[in-house]
Amino acid sequence: MGFLQTNLPYLLAGISTGGQYALIAIGYTMVYGILRLINFAHGDVFMCAALMVIYSASYMPLYISLPLAIVATGVLGFAIERVAYKPLRTAPRMSAMISAIGMSYLIQNLALYVTGGLTKYYPPVPFISDSIEIFGAMTKRVTIITPFVTLVLIVVLVNIIKYTKIGIAMRAVSRDFETAQLMGVKINSVISATFVIGSLLAAIGSTLFFSNYTGVTPTVGGMPGLKAFVAAVFGGIGSIPGAVIGAFIIGICENIIKGLGWTTFSDAFTFVLLIVVLMFMPTGLFGEKATDKV
Amino acid sequence: MDKDKRKDLIIALALIALLFVVVVVLEQLLPRTSMLFTVLKKGSIYALVAVSMNLLNGFTGLFSLGQAGFMLLGAYTYAIFTIPMEQRAVVYQYYDGGIIQFSVPVFVGIVLAGIVAAIFAYLIGLPVLKLKSDYLAIATLGFAEIIRALFQWDKLGGLTNGSNLLRRFPVFKSSIFPIAVSAICIAIIVLLINSTYGRAFKAIRDDEVAAEAMGINLAHHKRMAFTISSFFAGISGALLAMFQTTVQASQFKSAMTYEILLIVVIGGIGSITGSCISSFLFIACSEWWLRFLDNAETYIGSFHVPLLRPGFRKVVFSVVIMAIVLLYQRGIMGDKELSISGIRKRLAERKKKKVKP
Repeated sequence: MGFLQTNLPYLLAGISTGGQYALIAIGYTMVYGILRLINFAHGDVFMCAALMVIYSASYMPLYISLPLAIVATGVLGFAIERVAYKPLRTAPRMSAMISAIGMSYLIQNLALYVTGGLTKYYPPVPFISDSIEIFGAMTKRVTIITPFVTLVLIVVLVNIIKYTKIGIAMRAVSRDFETAQLMGVKINSVISATFVIGSLLAAIGSTLFFSNYTGVTPTVGGMPGLKAFVAAVFGGIGSIPGAVIGAFIIGICENIIKGLGWTTFSDAFTFVLLIVVLMFMPTGLFGEKATDKV
Repeated sequence: MDKDKRKDLIIALALIALLFVVVVVLEQLLPRTSMLFTVLKKGSIYALVAVSMNLLNGFTGLFSLGQAGFMLLGAYTYAIFTIPMEQRAVVYQYYDGGIIQFSVPVFVGIVLAGIVAAIFAYLIGLPVLKLKSDYLAIATLGFAEIIRALFQWDKLGGLTNGSNLLRRFPVFKSSIFPIAVSAICIAIIVLLINSTYGRAFKAIRDDEVAAEAMGINLAHHKRMAFTISSFFAGISGALLAMFQTTVQASQFKSAMTYEILLIVVIGGIGSITGSCISSFLFIACSEWWLRFLDNAETYIGSFHVPLLRPGFRKVVFSVVIMAIVLLYQRGIMGDKELSISGIRKRLAERKKKKVKP
């Protein structure tokens, strides 16, 4: 019992961070599945969502500003795709990736300008930011809620992808871009929908994440973004269940490492995991086998 | 033809010598704190690391994002080995003066910085270089982050001073020093690119399968390009340490690699002169020319210019970069080089046009 009591907080924190990473990772994995593009700006979208909540919350009650910020993040994702990636659809893949890096740089600098370089604090969200006690360990309610919110959202998403028309189109496009286009799938709307869904999930993830770690700085999205990407690679890029499982594993491992007193290496561990996975399972847990054709 | 080549070489060398003279004269005339010298120093350091990145990304087609990590290795190696003996007790105050109880001359330190970065690159390259495109990029980025964490680890404090600053190592005062070192290193890279190895690198970039079929050992050449590129990244790291006078692991973030990548892209992937020009432009724009945008109290006549306040410079700058990335995808130079012979040909063509209109 003593062991459980000392380690439970880390395990709980791990599960909840895992859920938050999962929500970000879905955006990466869906975009990569369709465009073969690492959307480096995704972590910054996540940060922007938090800033939007902070700024709107000072003008209106939270129950309006939260949904508003989430919708605005979806619009932001749409806009980023239209501005930065659509013009480069026929360009080499590296151009799109560089455009993503440029976009990330732009968003961070905009955030730096708007915040004036000061750390902004996320407003406490009633109910989910409250402290509670589980088995004698103090934690915020968000820690408990996150995994459930994540699972519900993922079930909804998986059903959208399985049964709706846009979902079927997404799968078709990720399987074969050109053939899907020939079959009359409207590529642009499918890609836009992917970005909007990814950004909405990132916005929800950011609400959960920043209810726990309240400080928001312009570069705060970078690390969670990279880790979520690693989670997506770990699970097999393009696979949603894979990304979720990868995210939970990374979240839990990271917090256990923090619990062992190796905080310096909690970020580095993620990358060690990434490299090990890439060495031995280049396509991840649930990825499709890729073959090179000459 | 050979005569022409020799002539071009002489002109190029003369121009370089003239450039050095101009810098020396300017250093005498302008105050030392002038932004021009900051740009020259930092620009030449970034030019070196940009060219080293271009060797990988532009000439060998290996998309690596580990540059900041190798610069960190270089900067730390230089700092660790050159801090004078009598200063060690002060710098390593939390670690009993550190483990290393000797110091080496500046030039040895710089070369050592490159060698250490190269050794790490060789070891990292063994597993990582099997990966392709995006996966290689993200794995090298990951390694840079691991190295950064390792250097902040307090168990290694006797060597790296943990997360504290390293300082009091010898630094340069004149901007001639970094320009000269960078120029020599870039010249070596140019010679390498024009050699048979360079041709092999380009072959790998253009088509791996075809290159392999022509008898190029892929693994060997990729590892070689990766190691050499990191060697020069390490040297530029050492120069950066000297420029900043202090070293701390936390500053070598992935954002630094992104900046270098943007410089390479703006200059033109696969163009050495492009990388050099764009690194000076990049540093000048971000540090100097756009500075007026940060001044909140700007008036045109009696009109108070809106939006201007600290940070606006970076917003404008990143918008400009986005515009270049989207509209001039091939960068300033594309994959061409600026050269004396090229300019001469241009002039000759223009003359011909004038003669027969």
